[in-house]
Amino acid sequence: MDDYTYEEIYSIVVMQSFSGISLMCIFILMGLGLYIIFGQMGVINMAHAEFLVLGSYTMCLFSKFVTENFPAFTDYYIIFAIPLSFCVAFGVGYLIEWFLISRLYHRPLDTLLATWGLSLIMQQCFRSFIGAREMSADLPEWLLGSWAASDIIDIPISGLVLLLLTICLTAGLAVYKSKTRMGLRMQATTQNREMTSALGINTKMTDRVTFGIACGISGIAGAFFTTMASTSPSAGTNYIVDSFLVLVVGGLGSLVGLFVSGGFLALLSSILEFFMTGSIAKVWLYLIIFVVLMKFTRGLFSDKIRS
Amino acid sequence: MNNTTSQENSSIGKLLYERLFKNKEGLIAFVILAVVILIILPSSLSAFRLNLAGKYLCYAFAAVGLVMCWGNAGILCLGQGLFFGAGGYCMAMFLKLEASDPESTAIQSTPGIPDFMDWNQVTEIPWFWHPFKSLPLTIALIIVLPAVLAFILSVFYFKGRVSGVVFAILTQSMVACLWYFIVGNQGYFGGINGITDLKTLLGWDIRTESAHYILYYLCSILLLLCILASRYILSTRLGRVLIAQRDKEMRVRFSGYNITSFRIFIFCFAAVISAIGGAMFTLQVGFMSPNLIGVVPSIDMVIFTAVGGRESLFGAVYGALAVNAAKTAFSEAYAAQWLFFYGATFIVIVLYLPKGLAGIYQDHIKKLVSKFAQRTNSDEIPNLPVEKEENSAK
Repeated sequence: MDDYTYEEIYSIVVMQSFSGISLMCIFILMGLGLYIIFGQMGVINMAHAEFLVLGSYTMCLFSKFVTENFPAFTDYYIIFAIPLSFCVAFGVGYLIEWFLISRLYHRPLDTLLATWGLSLIMQQCFRSFIGAREMSADLPEWLLGSWAASDIIDIPISGLVLLLLTICLTAGLAVYKSKTRMGLRMQATTQNREMTSALGINTKMTDRVTFGIACGISGIAGAFFTTMASTSPSAGTNYIVDSFLVLVVGGLGSLVGLFVSGGFLALLSSILEFFMTGSIAKVWLYLIIFVVLMKFTRGLFSDKIRS
Repeated sequence: MNNTTSQENSSIGKLLYERLFKNKEGLIAFVILAVVILIILPSSLSAFRLNLAGKYLCYAFAAVGLVMCWGNAGILCLGQGLFFGAGGYCMAMFLKLEASDPESTAIQSTPGIPDFMDWNQVTEIPWFWHPFKSLPLTIALIIVLPAVLAFILSVFYFKGRVSGVVFAILTQSMVACLWYFIVGNQGYFGGINGITDLKTLLGWDIRTESAHYILYYLCSILLLLCILASRYILSTRLGRVLIAQRDKEMRVRFSGYNITSFRIFIFCFAAVISAIGGAMFTLQVGFMSPNLIGVVPSIDMVIFTAVGGRESLFGAVYGALAVNAAKTAFSEAYAAQWLFFYGATFIVIVLYLPKGLAGIYQDHIKKLVSKFAQRTNSDEIPNLPVEKEENSAK
């Protein structure tokens, strides 16, 4: 420790914590769409990861389109790409709810199987229509830079944007859920479908919009993942286990839980990856989650008892 | 062999007959399955195709296990590959040790150890490989290891009354865990390449055509025995409690049953059956790799079960055969369209045929058969097999 000054140690701690926070944001973004679909609606969406990939592809294709046709515009396209990926994923999700999920609300385990079929179809769509090769977006210059808070501390801008985005999305979702009319309808529908529809609320419409919004949020998350990794048709398989785990550890149906478990998983995996190789760190991560869930069988925070 | 016991009419034979087959229909269905996999498939397929069919039958073990724990006990396991892989890797480790004797591995820097260990600078066989030097111990481990794994995996969760979706996700994360474990331990388990180049079983070359035939028959007979064991379990009071707790968990709890132990038992039983399938898989295919047992193959096993009918043991076998045969046929000819078709089939089955192939039989063909049987009435038995086979062909 003698080689480092106090200043340097402080900087290392700050930068490491920041990369940890970025990882936490990724975990939270992965789980956010599932939080609505799985935690609120009770649908097990195995195609969730494909919606993330859908968002990534929207971003990649849009960036390609912009850089080819409007090169002057390259610096700002991201502002439009994110709403666009929301819209695309929302649209696809809306249609899928309409034709597939709406028939399966009374058979939750079957949604798992049906959406698995869906995820295979979506993967093949990506492969056939967009191409099997890996793709990445051309990022604007300013996003790749970093913000020098002091002489030594360098904080990547993309990480800051990621943090901002996560906070905005989560806060927006919390407000939507408890303050808006649509959000209250969503809660009412998930709690008691028959009663809600007897009160004159269009539950089918509510389900469709809710599902669409959840998919849209996953789309935004996926769009942002392109800033960190490239996208391929089967990229979703890397996300699927983690995104379900982050939700289950947090406790279904709790946003606070999602935040805490995102932080917990990020902390654990950073510590583990410091000491061992990537795949062995994953093994330990899953085993530790397994043990933690033994103790907290309903997740760390669960705001209602489910059967 | 059970035909004769039933006809002898001795009380034990009769009891066993009722236990295993319930009625004549059950017996006929079993005989048809036996005829299909023991006579029709071997006589109509070339040696190469028969080896493929043998591979599919190994998946049928996992599907039978899923029928027991998912269809009949309501515990969905998305990690059946964990147990399939445990069995498969046990067998692969035994065969690998036999294949890497000092003479054939003389070019390595350390002769007498598996090649992938040599490539990864491991100089002696690690302690957990030693049990796999003897065949009896290996066979014992194929049975015991998955049972222990399943017990550890399930005991705390079933005690904490975790079931349904959360348990399914957990089993999935555990199979992902195994995948990462094997991939991460390249020096000890062969990593992503798996354990390859398996040649002999106690000096008997398993790569020849005749060996493939013998292994196919061994696999089929083991599968039939597993089905009989499963049917026996379902016919006992244990089986009835399992079905009862699937449908009305609370009512069974209030009747004073300790559901937890029933669930743990059936979960372990399903694990052991899958592991036997995994071991047979290694023998017939000649290698084992983590990509055969990861998250996606585990879900595929659930698909076979769902296609065959999640409550039907025979359906599971037909489902595994049908889906895999279709997969091979389609992906040989139309690689790109195959996944569309596969995904769509799955959605259609979930939406319109929740009982799978067995559902088609029960809802449509059975009625036809009984009508037909009533009309002719004199010769009931020969008609049934014909109809049932049409069902399996679908």
